[in-house]
Amino acid sequence: MTEKSFDIVVIGAGPGGYVAAIRAAQLGLKTAVVEREHLGGICLNWGCIPTKALLKSAEVLRQAQHAADYGIEVAQVSFNLAQVVKRSRAISAQLQAGVKHLLKKNKVEVFTGSGKLAGAGKVAVSQDGKTITLTARHIILAAGARARIMPGLEPDGQRVWSYKEAMVPEAMPKSLLVVGSGAIGIEFASFYRTLGAEVTVVEVLERILPVEDAEISALARKSFEKQGIKVLTAATVKSLKRGTENVTAAIESAGKESQLTVDRVIVAVGISANTEKLGLEGTKVRIERGHVVVNQWLETDEPGVYAIGDLTAPPWLAHKASHEAVICVEKIAGQADVHPLDIMKIPGCTYSHPQIASIGLSEEKARAGGRELKVGRFPFQANGKAIALGEAEGLIKTIFDAKTGELIGAHMIGAEVTELIQGYAIAKTLETTEAELMNTVFPHPTLSEMMHESVLDAYGRVIHF
Amino acid sequence: MPIEIRMPAVSPSMTEGSLARWLKKEGETVKAGDLLAEIETDKAIVELVAESAGTLARIVVPDESNNVQVGALIAVLLAPGEPAASLAQSSTATPAAAAAAAHAPATAAPSAPSASPAPSAPSAPSAPSVPSAPSGRILASPLARRIAAERGVQLASLRGSGPNGRIVRLDVEAAPAAEAAPAAAAAAASSISAAAYEEIPNSSMRRMIAKRLSDAKQSIPHYYLTIDCVIDALQKLRQEIKDCPDGAKLSVNDFVIKAAALALQKLPGVNASWTEAAIRRYSSVDVAVAVATPTGLITPIVRNAERKKLTQISAEVKDLGLRARAGKLAAEEYQGGGFTISNLGMYGIREFAAIINPPQSAILAVGAAEQRAVVKDGALAIATMMTCTLSADHRVVDGALGAEYLAAFKKLIEHPLSLLL
Repeated sequence: MTEKSFDIVVIGAGPGGYVAAIRAAQLGLKTAVVEREHLGGICLNWGCIPTKALLKSAEVLRQAQHAADYGIEVAQVSFNLAQVVKRSRAISAQLQAGVKHLLKKNKVEVFTGSGKLAGAGKVAVSQDGKTITLTARHIILAAGARARIMPGLEPDGQRVWSYKEAMVPEAMPKSLLVVGSGAIGIEFASFYRTLGAEVTVVEVLERILPVEDAEISALARKSFEKQGIKVLTAATVKSLKRGTENVTAAIESAGKESQLTVDRVIVAVGISANTEKLGLEGTKVRIERGHVVVNQWLETDEPGVYAIGDLTAPPWLAHKASHEAVICVEKIAGQADVHPLDIMKIPGCTYSHPQIASIGLSEEKARAGGRELKVGRFPFQANGKAIALGEAEGLIKTIFDAKTGELIGAHMIGAEVTELIQGYAIAKTLETTEAELMNTVFPHPTLSEMMHESVLDAYGRVIHF
Repeated sequence: MPIEIRMPAVSPSMTEGSLARWLKKEGETVKAGDLLAEIETDKAIVELVAESAGTLARIVVPDESNNVQVGALIAVLLAPGEPAASLAQSSTATPAAAAAAAHAPATAAPSAPSASPAPSAPSAPSAPSVPSAPSGRILASPLARRIAAERGVQLASLRGSGPNGRIVRLDVEAAPAAEAAPAAAAAAASSISAAAYEEIPNSSMRRMIAKRLSDAKQSIPHYYLTIDCVIDALQKLRQEIKDCPDGAKLSVNDFVIKAAALALQKLPGVNASWTEAAIRRYSSVDVAVAVATPTGLITPIVRNAERKKLTQISAEVKDLGLRARAGKLAAEEYQGGGFTISNLGMYGIREFAAIINPPQSAILAVGAAEQRAVVKDGALAIATMMTCTLSADHRVVDGALGAEYLAAFKKLIEHPLSLLL
């Protein structure tokens, strides 16, 4: 048994782990990262990136189908599913190689295998029955999460899919049931609907995209229904009867049960943290509601052991993991001027058509806080650029504290809003008030002008609506 | 654009001051050259003069505000014809911005002796012009500033937790509102030991005296030389001058100033300052005179005292003393100087040792003029004596030089006619 020693060992090379490793190496720490499957983690291989590739294919198809609206004649529009999937996989492969290169460039040592704690300051890496032990003063757990499995709704990889199978379909399902209407469920619903499947989304809560602002949720639902997606809210999939060619779901809604038979089911009902195989037994690392408990510097209760990303509390987003990685490592390295992450300043994005992006509190949550609000809205239909793009559907909503001018939340639906939300993220990080946003010159003609107008609207000063 | 009026730096060593009172009200029209406000600096009260015409649209720092950081926004002037609405656009015009103060390390007091200007180059204008260069900016988010303004929290009193110590919302929200905390603390203290003491808040002048003299006593290697001067001749001469037609009433101290100045001219090594790089020897003889005022000690300067007639010195000292006690000295009237005289004779003090007034290298402590029994030509006699003690900076003035200086001074003071030449 060999032993190698490091300043920091990171378990998991997803957007939390590999960023932690690179930052640690930048700060002069001798760093290793342990990855059991693929560099870049779920995000890069089976999540954020490949789904964006798929959704771009869907968008191209939609644009082609509507080419005539723009005066462009396209004779016959069709798609090749295998090519769509191939492109998506190729992009993941490309980026995976990129992460490998980055780690190498930063002299991070990569160990392939499953890592687990093996006593104080030790990580055991097992692969193919062989185990090596790494010693480290600091161990960062970044093992991520997997799809949550609900009894009766277990994916079988054939007709009942998790995100993974949904990303590499061999044939187009004619009909599809998506269980769960979070970002993952909605993105798949949007993708498959655009490619022509009959899609039904079932959500247990009262509305789809339940973490979003209710007004945005409602607009999203309206838009999806217009595209032909069936949406059932306050509904539960009680059971799945798996046939040879299809699946019949028993759906209970408002006390009534109905049957729906579809070719495929995608289960997207949340995530479960990968806490089980990390050797946490016998350590002081605490788990609550399935996730590792950490303080603001990502320290667990076990000295020298840290946890970041999906292993810890929500939101479970790649950029949250990456940001935690940097905070955690900089704190370990004794950097000055390190600041805890404020979840109110983490934007969230859904890349469906239309896109949805938000930051901070929803209007209802802001109101629940008892604060007096100023709420601004600006519709895409009043924005020149949106009309020119043929994307006149959507809304940008901003919520301010009437007393202090604090930007409490911003919520957007429409074309490219996922690229716009960072503007409000900067505003929140800098703690600007409405005054600085109003005084900012937004370029014309852009979609970003709506961000300006929404702020103006909150204070009764909107110009173009 | 509204014109921002900021706390001026009246003296080079000034980092904060008090805004004594506004001479114009909000909404009042202001002509260029008008007096806007009185600023109490570390040593005096100076008047703030408007540089441009307009309307005093908003007073951000009210009367009797202490510890106003140099560069802090104190008022906003609207140019003639400028609509009041443009005020609202000026986010810096919120009261929060005014609370700027002691936090920024960039404004740490340039109080080292070497940082003060040479007496030959008094630079600060008596009435600072407006607006002056901003400095002492507090890093705070716009939201933090606004909440601080609403709650009356002084940003300067907070430690920022944001990047580079930037004050963010949480810091303001965590801060106790306004003066609530100190008041509560004081109340608590008084309930424990009622009337055990009274706390008199330190004026900026008090703090400046404390700082300068602590620095001086701690960093300057002082040594002391004491000499007795027979001043019968001087007293006689004073009486004769008084009895002259158009006679003048000169004080002993007027003679002391003149004698000290002439001795400095003779021994220019004493008229000097220590700096790390070099000893700075002054080319003019400027003698500062310690004046006690109700608010504290100040040392106005008689410039080129070696060239001035006694009557001139006398008139000047009288005028400086009056204005010093009224707090109306202009900065250049008390900044600089190569030597200081401190006279406590009027209190009957026989002798004492004074603390050097930086960046100078020596101070002469003058005791009371009194009749003493002395031995003269082998017999006991009565003489009018005055004991003087020189405190000198050994880095600049070695013992022999100090002694030589004091001997020269004694010779002049004991032969007072030489002071009339």
